[in-house]
Amino acid sequence: MATKILIPTPLRSYTAKQDVVEAEGATVGELLANMTAQYTDLRKHLYNSEGKLRNFVNIYVNDDDIRYLEKEQTPVSSEDTVSIIPSVAGGRKA
Amino acid sequence: MGRLPTLVMRATADEGIRRHSQEVYPNESCGALIGCGEMVTEAVALPNTTDEGTRRRFCIQPADYIVAERRASEIDGKLIGFYHSHPDDSACPSQYDLDHAWPTFAYVILAVRGGDPTTLRSWRLREDRSAFDEQRVKLEPQDAIQSKVTSGNFR
Repeated sequence: MATKILIPTPLRSYTAKQDVVEAEGATVGELLANMTAQYTDLRKHLYNSEGKLRNFVNIYVNDDDIRYLEKEQTPVSSEDTVSIIPSVAGGRKA
Repeated sequence: MGRLPTLVMRATADEGIRRHSQEVYPNESCGALIGCGEMVTEAVALPNTTDEGTRRRFCIQPADYIVAERRASEIDGKLIGFYHSHPDDSACPSQYDLDHAWPTFAYVILAVRGGDPTTLRSWRLREDRSAFDEQRVKLEPQDAIQSKVTSGNFR
């Protein structure tokens, strides 16, 4: 069964302007892998060159940040909604 | 690479960004740019929650990002991007800005010198994440469409 993933504004141009997509997977990691296999241009904006989720990319399962669950091993089902929520950061030269 | 569209900004949004940045100097200001298409009609001030020092960094948390998305939905508009100030530095993006940038958003940077807002410029992340490209900013005076600067969810 597929799980819904909510896509934030800056990534919708990579999902054919859809704000919700669906993907299969038993864990958050599998879900994101299947989503980025379908929408390949998302990958470089979600993952760094080492294949880790960028630290300003926040993944929530329902209302919970996966950092406080089981990270990418957090289980998901078709009853859950997964959200990608940006942190926005920056600043002047150090 | 095609030329970037001009970012049109209502004068009141520009004034709001400058006022906010002056008020929090010598710390960095930050907030959301909301409007329609490439026209910013509102600048929404948001809390700078960085734990790396607010004089040279800003961070907008997920909960405050959602405030910005919701505000865009309320006015049937869109979240165009974000602004922040560079106290006593140029309005050019830093490597830290580049490392943390999201695609498609406008990144408006305001230089603040000795507490006085000066140059405001807008930048977009290049598709391959290698650099920013500058886009022209055009100020649009207030007209019949009501424009305002709103306060975000300060915690």
